[in-house]
Amino acid sequence: MPTNTDPPSAPAAAAEQRQAATNKPKRLFDQHVFRDWCKACGICMALCPTQIITRDEEGKAVITDADKCIGCRTCEVHCPDFAITITERHPRRRKTDGVP
Amino acid sequence: MPSQSMAELRRRYLRHDKKFPHVWCPGCGNGIVLGALLRGIDRLALNKDDIVLVSGIGCSGRMPTYTDFNTLHTTHGRALAFATGVKLARPELHVLVVMGDGDATAIGGNHFIHAARRNLDLTAIIINNQIYGMTGGQTSPTTPYGSNATTAPLGHIEHAFSIAELAVTAGASFVARGTVYHATMLDRLISRAIGHVGFSVVEVMSNCHVQFGRRNGLGNAVQMLQWFKEHAIPLQPHDAKGTAEGAARMETALPPDSLDDRFTIGVLAERDKPNYIKEYDKIRHKADDKRPADAQDDRS
Amino acid sequence: MASPDQPRLLMQGNEAVVAGAIAAGCRFFAGYPITPASEIAELMATRLPAHGGTFIQMEDEIASIAAAIGASLAGSKAMTATSGPGFSLMQENLGFACIAEAPLVVVNVMRGGPSTGLPTSPAQGDIMQARWGTHGDHPIIVLATSSVADCFTLTVQAFNFAEKYRVPVVLLSDEVVAHTREAVRLPASDQVEVVDRVRPSVPPEWYIPYEDNSRGVPAMAAFGDGYRHHVTGLVHDQRGFPTQRPEEIDAFLRRLFRKITNGFYEIHMLRAFMMEDAEIGIIACGSVARSARRAVVMARQQGIAAGLVQLITLFPFPRQPLVAACSDCRAVLVPEMNMGQLSREVRRVLPDAIAIHKHNRIDGQLITPDELVKKLISI
Repeated sequence: MPTNTDPPSAPAAAAEQRQAATNKPKRLFDQHVFRDWCKACGICMALCPTQIITRDEEGKAVITDADKCIGCRTCEVHCPDFAITITERHPRRRKTDGVP
Repeated sequence: MPSQSMAELRRRYLRHDKKFPHVWCPGCGNGIVLGALLRGIDRLALNKDDIVLVSGIGCSGRMPTYTDFNTLHTTHGRALAFATGVKLARPELHVLVVMGDGDATAIGGNHFIHAARRNLDLTAIIINNQIYGMTGGQTSPTTPYGSNATTAPLGHIEHAFSIAELAVTAGASFVARGTVYHATMLDRLISRAIGHVGFSVVEVMSNCHVQFGRRNGLGNAVQMLQWFKEHAIPLQPHDAKGTAEGAARMETALPPDSLDDRFTIGVLAERDKPNYIKEYDKIRHKADDKRPADAQDDRS
Repeated sequence: MASPDQPRLLMQGNEAVVAGAIAAGCRFFAGYPITPASEIAELMATRLPAHGGTFIQMEDEIASIAAAIGASLAGSKAMTATSGPGFSLMQENLGFACIAEAPLVVVNVMRGGPSTGLPTSPAQGDIMQARWGTHGDHPIIVLATSSVADCFTLTVQAFNFAEKYRVPVVLLSDEVVAHTREAVRLPASDQVEVVDRVRPSVPPEWYIPYEDNSRGVPAMAAFGDGYRHHVTGLVHDQRGFPTQRPEEIDAFLRRLFRKITNGFYEIHMLRAFMMEDAEIGIIACGSVARSARRAVVMARQQGIAAGLVQLITLFPFPRQPLVAACSDCRAVLVPEMNMGQLSREVRRVLPDAIAIHKHNRIDGQLITPDELVKKLISI
């Protein structure tokens, strides 16, 4: 099983600092996993800087905390099976959608 | 930050009538290389009709079937020779050749060094996973000394090629090395290679955890990617400049024996050499004006 | 193809091959030096560029045929030329041309074999290799030239068959035919009938690259024409993608053969000489057919009713026309510069009533008319 070989690495920490420095609302992202294409290889789970990807009962990728995603797309470019896509989450019609 | 979203790349560049997920093992580097290739092509905004993706035999050989380009799956080791014919017959096409380490430097070695020497405008992407994967884990020209493989059950006694350095000395005018861990850097290297006029080579250190990693205690896909991260030494831009002394400086800066199992990544050589296609056009014009007066020949 | 108004040129066999290729529309040649075929490469190097074509000398024969196939798949009429040792190296990719149905002409100027053999001597030892050299069941067309004029006409014919049937065509020559210089009148290039491959007439979205149609020969798109199709050495379905389904494999391979049998009527070519009342028929090809023709005339002067059937097409072996030509013969003589490769085929197709006599010369020397006349007297 992939051990988390990396402490939350630089990009995550840098994102937090950038976020703190600006007063703009935090950018949010949506993660879409094609479960049929995911082969449970664990690469995205190991490389995700905010460690929000874990395994479901079949070992396939599942997102735990979508709001912590910093949109670095490390998972997207390292997925050998094109099974994970990151898109920017734009505020939906309802103002209060998860944005403070 | 990759330019295009994976959803867009999937829709535009993958053949929709092909069965996905693809045939490669879970975690196989080939998939990462394919992703980098598509991002690299997308960045150059090339017309799909003008791309020919040629492959040889091996796991990497199956790559073209998945891509919506003109695709050619040739005999083992001969992809570069087939590609030479395609390029010369249709010089306006971007002819890309994907091979494995065995396909390119074992059975295909002769064609590899001559393609580099000839410097025809082709791009060779060599996925180096240090083993013959498809046939079940035999040693390849890049299997390290002392490793285990199905044809070296008691330890491999031969020494490995450095594919990128081999390409540089054989005369390739653009040579880079990347890894599947450094995926974003890889698609930039591929873009530069495709954009380069002349023979361009991108060696990609890739993981075959099923046939090579498993037999050599290198762990699973994640651990092999981690190994690439720790053993890759990025070339500094200044010493990557492809001038002759640039290449020389690269050698001295990192004396090979001090590398042990580490390797350099980045651009190893980038130099301008005469464009084969333009040179041959000059031959055509020269032949034209002193053509033998054959009565029955016309300029058909 | 005699053309009275054309100039008489003194031409070497190999040069006539080049002239025929260019007249047929060949615009790509990849080759590698080998006696006795190097002149073909050298002449292509000078003449192809003058026609907007491309010549390249590759690093070996494997690369030469690979480059030629690549050019063919990119829409060019392509050719390579070699001799025995190179022809052996080319076999795997020859098989690729068969399965990918890539039009291609391969000229094999035969020399003494096996191995390095007799580089400067004629022989006919590669006949079975031309048919079965590459592995697996596969269709192929093999022609044999015996004169400088034939070198021109059969090279044109080879390209036309390759384009029409999407198959590699092997043109067998030998050291004597290749290096002999004869006066010939070649047809003007606008007199030469040139056949081009059928290109798809449907938009890319509806194109089925290996569609089974009545003729068994699918339309062929070229790389770069917007079809973005797939070409592979794996057995493939009608869309060109690898298949493991038995019914698709069977249909595909049988189509490869059917497309050739459909064309027997024009592919089978032979020339009968004085066979009308012949009791003994000589069956020969290549430079041996030249000696046989003289031997027939000499034998007739000695009251022997001999005739010659010159095989132009060796494979697919012209069974029906040969049986018809020899129907009245009591015996046939099959002289070859090998140990009897054609005679096996002749035995296979001719009725048992007809006796088969062999004459095999493997010492690197031509079979002479006198030898044949002596043999005819003894039959």
